[in-house]
Amino acid sequence: MAQWRSILRVIIKALVLFALCNGIFVMMYPAEWIGNFSLYGMLYPYRLRLPYGENPAQSYNISATNLPALFASHEIRRKKSDNEFRVVLIGDSNTWGWLLDNDETLSAQLNTLDILVDSQDAEFYNLGYPIMSLTKDLLILDGAMHYQPDMIIWLVSLASFPPEQQFEPPLVQDNWHRLYDLNDVIFLERYADAEERFASTLWERTIIGQRRSLADLLRLQSYGVAWTATSIDQTIPEIIQPRQSDFDNDLSWANYSEPVTLSTDDLAFDVLARGIERTDDIPVIIINEPMFISDGQNSDVRYNSFYPRWAYDQYRTLLSQVAEDNGWQVYDLWDTIDPNEFTDSPVHLSANGTHDFAQIIQDEIFDIGE
Amino acid sequence: MGLDLTTIAIFVAFGIIYMLIIPPQWRQWSLFLASIILIFSLQPNIFVRWMDFILPMLTLGLTVMSWAITHDTEYRISRQDILAGLLIIGAMVLLAMLRYIDADWRWFIPSRPPPTLLVLMLIFIFGFLAVTLPRLSSSLSIFLLVMIGIFLVLKTDFLAETVSAWWRNGTGQDVSQASSLDLNWLGFSYVAFRLIHTIRDRQSGILPTLSLRDYISYVLFFPSFIAGPIDRAERFIGDFKNLTETIQFSERYQRGLTRIAIGIGKKFVIADTLAQGMALNPQNAMQIDSAFGAWLLLYGYALRLYFDFSGYSDIAIGIGILFGIDLPENFANPYMKTSITKFWQSWHITLSNWVRFYVFSPLSRYLLKRKPKPSPILIVLITQLATMIVIGLWHGVTVNFLIWGIWHGIGLWVHKQWTDRTRKFYRDFKQKPQQQMIADVIAWGITFHFVVLGWVWFALPDLDSALRMFASLFGLS
Repeated sequence: MAQWRSILRVIIKALVLFALCNGIFVMMYPAEWIGNFSLYGMLYPYRLRLPYGENPAQSYNISATNLPALFASHEIRRKKSDNEFRVVLIGDSNTWGWLLDNDETLSAQLNTLDILVDSQDAEFYNLGYPIMSLTKDLLILDGAMHYQPDMIIWLVSLASFPPEQQFEPPLVQDNWHRLYDLNDVIFLERYADAEERFASTLWERTIIGQRRSLADLLRLQSYGVAWTATSIDQTIPEIIQPRQSDFDNDLSWANYSEPVTLSTDDLAFDVLARGIERTDDIPVIIINEPMFISDGQNSDVRYNSFYPRWAYDQYRTLLSQVAEDNGWQVYDLWDTIDPNEFTDSPVHLSANGTHDFAQIIQDEIFDIGE
Repeated sequence: MGLDLTTIAIFVAFGIIYMLIIPPQWRQWSLFLASIILIFSLQPNIFVRWMDFILPMLTLGLTVMSWAITHDTEYRISRQDILAGLLIIGAMVLLAMLRYIDADWRWFIPSRPPPTLLVLMLIFIFGFLAVTLPRLSSSLSIFLLVMIGIFLVLKTDFLAETVSAWWRNGTGQDVSQASSLDLNWLGFSYVAFRLIHTIRDRQSGILPTLSLRDYISYVLFFPSFIAGPIDRAERFIGDFKNLTETIQFSERYQRGLTRIAIGIGKKFVIADTLAQGMALNPQNAMQIDSAFGAWLLLYGYALRLYFDFSGYSDIAIGIGILFGIDLPENFANPYMKTSITKFWQSWHITLSNWVRFYVFSPLSRYLLKRKPKPSPILIVLITQLATMIVIGLWHGVTVNFLIWGIWHGIGLWVHKQWTDRTRKFYRDFKQKPQQQMIADVIAWGITFHFVVLGWVWFALPDLDSALRMFASLFGLS
């Protein structure tokens, strides 16, 4: 009987301790500040682009969603020098450098151009993230504001604009609370159902509910060793399947099966506006990024596999209109790169294409400023 | 199925039920039966027809044969032995009968068993050999050679692949798919160590008399079946016999569960985290571009190996405690030791002891008796090298494991020569604690890095990648 009592006591103690730990975790919700602890910059060199990896064992990278942890691993955390003009690049996989080594990305190519802004050395930071959503960009921009940027270059494409796509990325869903803090009432009203969908429940805030996120934090640190040893953060296949050049006679785009007249309400310009507002006095340059323009079958209907002509043309017109109305600095560089320089998708550039793009950015943006 | 968290949870649950519900006089039989069934259940699925059923059958067959040749010539087969034999046959036949039920209900085995007639034929062959082998005067030596032969086949890629191709051909499968990985015979390495131990002890006349039930339970005891520790028969039997006594199970729960929890933490938290990008492997070894990163990966590998293996040993020991058996310790802070000799006294202790008993000591005795007697320095060198080469090749018959064995053999020999010549010098340190401490720190650093650098041979599959890794470590690539 005494043995039974002893076992029962151990079980009860264990359960109470377990419940207590979870309770304290829910109350303190330390996932946020835990993310700030990082071995990057101490034991490991900082990553040159935000962590993202679909195959961690091969790419030594992981798609964690704890935003402070992503920033804590990134070189943007480095102390800003006196003569530095800090330029942050925000955008999708094109900016991040899909299928490009770290020295071939847009930020790296811009850095090799030794651009001066008001006699200060322009340092470009790659804060692209391989998902197309302006809301995701807004979250990253908000995070970047803590690291003293002098200029934001926000690279966008039509695929980032559909409202229904804004909350799809896990990075956005897992940082809903951050977005909630960031946005005003009007914004929240428009995406009212998102709060219902993504605001975390009490259970999700427990250690058990957060176990995947916590494990990801640990793995982000553990893959830092392989990153340090190999400088690899992406698996680049030897043979790359090229982007599509011939298409069906397909007019569909986003939720539309046939052409419609788009208005500014149909695209997430409000998110773009909120981002620009968030930067206060810091200049924001919006670039409509280059894309592949096909001359293959049905290219009179579609520019590429992403966009039918009717949607993309309207988007460009709307972007130009909204920019003019709001006084935004927008550079429409959609057709500036040779179609042969696109790799596996209509927005992914080769190293050469990225080099050309960097040169164009220098010519279009920085030469004017000097 | 390997030893994953679900399996551990099942073992723990059974351990608790075992202590609470099973009457003391039935505990030995239940462990015996559980061990027989679990060698089939723990065997991972193999994509070669029937192999994952026949290999555990072979394990059982070899163990029964080994018992038959190792018991005393005056030993009389008892009713308990006959009952144990019948239970072994019954268990194998019943498991084979699972062939005729739906796959969803086939819980105890990894895949569909072979035809019952084939199983019965194999049982007959094993039984025949178990009866006839003891009549051969050199049965122990023959059996020893067979075990070493199987070892060589399993540990040599080419031979293992040839056997796999032969098996695939015989069972009508695509021979081109044959791979050395097919011969994933769970637990054989450790079973072989136990069998060889009993054979050699029988040859030396020191093996205690064991019934079939006790012998099978010792060799196939399921917590230590997959990866040790390698217990000794006489020690195991002491605990096994005590199972019929009243056991303070709350004390055993506390001790066993604590040990399992520590093991789970080491293996599934620390080692598995280290395995994710922090430890050297053949893939990242070829991609290294920084000496600092190379060292980090190597330290990570050293820690992962320790936490993985010692965590596994903790789990095995903990489960053993729940079932009333105190398995021997396998690790004692090996990375904290100040000499390579002490390292090998605290790393995989049961394996080190095994090779000391069955390779080092007999070889030393043999060399000492030789005329003309080789010089003591040469005797130590030969025995240390032979011992460590055996340990190396036990992991796999490859050049890198051979070099790893030589690396440690030479390390042990050099340390022996060093201590023989500096004993007096160090004795004086005892009165000087500060100098002693400095000497210990230096000795620890040298030992640790000697072991860690040795892991390069162990972790990487070929000479080229190992040499490339050394070049990376010292900034030469």
